[in-house]
Amino acid sequence: MQKLLLLGAEAIAQGAIDGGMSGVYAYPGTPSTEITEYVQNDTLSQERKIHSQWSSNEKTAMESGLGMSYAGKRAMVCMKHVGLNVAADAFINSAITGSNGGLLVTVADDPSMHSSQNEQDSRFYGKFAQIPILEPASQQEAYDMAYYGFQLSEKFRIPVLIRITTRLAHSRAGVARKEILDQNKVDLPSNPKQFVLLPSIAREQYKDLLNSFSGFVQDSEESPFNQYFEGEDKKLGIIACGLAYNYLMENFQDDNLKHPLLKIGQYPLPRTKVEKLMEECDEVLVLEDGYPIIEELLKGYLAKEKVKGRLDGSLPRDGELNPNLIAKALELASEDDVIEIDQEIIDIVKNRPPAMCVGCGHIDAYNALNEALSEYGIGRVFSDIGCYTLGALPPYNAINSCVDMGASITMAKGAADAGLIPAVSVIGDSTFTHSGMTGLIDAVNEKSPITVLISDNFTTGMTGGQDSAALGKIEDICKGIGVEEDHIIVFTPLKKNHDMMVDIIKKELAYDGVSVIIPRRQCVQTTRNEALNERIKELNLR
Amino acid sequence: MKTDIILAGVGGQGILSIAATIGTAALSNDLHLKQAEVHGMSQRGGAVQSHLRVSSKPIASDLIPRGACDIVLSVEPMESLRYVDFLSKDGWIITNSTPFVNITDYPEVDQVIERIKSRKNSIILDADKLAKEVGSPRSSNIVALGAATPFIDIPYEAFEEAIRQIFKKKGDRIIDANIAALKAGRQAADDQLA
Repeated sequence: MQKLLLLGAEAIAQGAIDGGMSGVYAYPGTPSTEITEYVQNDTLSQERKIHSQWSSNEKTAMESGLGMSYAGKRAMVCMKHVGLNVAADAFINSAITGSNGGLLVTVADDPSMHSSQNEQDSRFYGKFAQIPILEPASQQEAYDMAYYGFQLSEKFRIPVLIRITTRLAHSRAGVARKEILDQNKVDLPSNPKQFVLLPSIAREQYKDLLNSFSGFVQDSEESPFNQYFEGEDKKLGIIACGLAYNYLMENFQDDNLKHPLLKIGQYPLPRTKVEKLMEECDEVLVLEDGYPIIEELLKGYLAKEKVKGRLDGSLPRDGELNPNLIAKALELASEDDVIEIDQEIIDIVKNRPPAMCVGCGHIDAYNALNEALSEYGIGRVFSDIGCYTLGALPPYNAINSCVDMGASITMAKGAADAGLIPAVSVIGDSTFTHSGMTGLIDAVNEKSPITVLISDNFTTGMTGGQDSAALGKIEDICKGIGVEEDHIIVFTPLKKNHDMMVDIIKKELAYDGVSVIIPRRQCVQTTRNEALNERIKELNLR
Repeated sequence: MKTDIILAGVGGQGILSIAATIGTAALSNDLHLKQAEVHGMSQRGGAVQSHLRVSSKPIASDLIPRGACDIVLSVEPMESLRYVDFLSKDGWIITNSTPFVNITDYPEVDQVIERIKSRKNSIILDADKLAKEVGSPRSSNIVALGAATPFIDIPYEAFEEAIRQIFKKKGDRIIDANIAALKAGRQAADDQLA
């Protein structure tokens, strides 16, 4: 059969569809966005009526996926690594409730923070929740793991974490499909209390989780995703997790790796295989495309240390792996391999960071905000995650914080509580419904003197223009929360409106209460989205 | 055969279309392929790159090791120099000469071109101009691809067929324009290699 050319993210989507999924729940986040977009655009998925609309945030996505699992059907929940922080409450507790229909939680990590605030490793969360984790090393494995993942989940009645990284999520290769499975029917849990986490019930469920652990280990021992390769040179053994396996093998074409190798694709670790490697070898090099989780697990405190990796300097402590780093750790590089770069070339290549697009509405909003704030001095603008984060860069230098989704409003409130008045928030429409509303309630309840700019471009922009849950609802939400109508103001951010915008912002900065200003103009990257244009017209938003 | 290519440019210049064309051509010739790109933040007018690996044997790493890259194929001249430490000693830089100036400290274009020329193996062509000449001003990326085809061991016809597949939905006029762009790039490379 002709192989499909798929991104790792797309391979997971296809594997889940073929594996009998009934719904995918997600919020956009690089490098996970393409999983849900693939399901949305897939013909079979549309025929099968697989749910695929975006959720307002990762917590609601996790909870909805759990709800579908409760009803007996197979669901997958997708997010980027920091999204799991948002979903954590529901995620950790889903391990205590367990699942009914198969439940997969697919999280895409970003070592080297190509598009993120950090490079946190989601395997920690899997360990924290004490559930099985699958980590593919190839696009084919990604497909297979999503396909079989539902069966693994249903075998143990437990959610299963699939962990991928950017270099697999956003890399294409050929993938062979398997036989397409039917979806489950609605079928409620036989134990009606399974999902009720009152302490008396939760204690029992937790004991069950703890007792399942040895079963997870057994499954890992037998799993095709964990493979032991014998090697004659036992001075060194190697453990390679996920993508690290590829970078290792890049250095050993034609089967000439002489050391024993344990390839890990399923956790918890296969104990007997790990013990065998540790027994046989004098030293063990642990390769992980993420935090040194396994490395730390295996290191002893007092015995002669034989485990090497990121923690002893064999590999850099941070950043993604690549074939060159592994060659260095194995001392494969020679003098000839050092590449001399012409200093003149280094000097001539300038940084070209991302910037807001020409014609972006955020630019006009920032220009007006900067002028309106000029009499108060710098340092008062709290923002968060979106295209508008790029306002931090020159020439705008317009924002002073970006921590996590929704923090623009809550940090401004905290700063105002401390006496920094006026304090300003800049947030996007999708981020507002993701996690800005609860902060706004706090501010309104205490009549905090903050000025919130909800820069409404009708979309979730940075990730590629996905639908925004906020479309057409922002004023009503603010009124419902209790923001005074006189202090909810909408204008169109354009150069010709600059002076008007400055006047309005100045007036609201001076107001001793919550102001919401909504600069509203369609994202220039979405003008060819016909469905969106229709909605905008229907809602009379122009 | 094996060919490791880094595609380079600025977000929005169409390097992913180049990747799709080479990828389709490779798969139709039963070759193994891995193609890695970075989404999200990089696209907003920032530097973007894609690692594209084609081989007759299975491929391990999605990332090309430093020092192993055969071709840097760039739609923007300064960007072609950004990945020079990935190139093997005999590796080729194939690049458009028209700069994309969206930063305030962009260097003198003449200096950039000189640096590229100082490498042993380079092909520099005005892909924007060639694209306009064949009536396809938005296809400078495909012109650049055409100039790289002599260095990729896949029959030229496979690239044309790939263009037909990829641009199928856009109609015959667009398909023909891109076929012409590909040819113009190939011709420019042949002229420089002769």
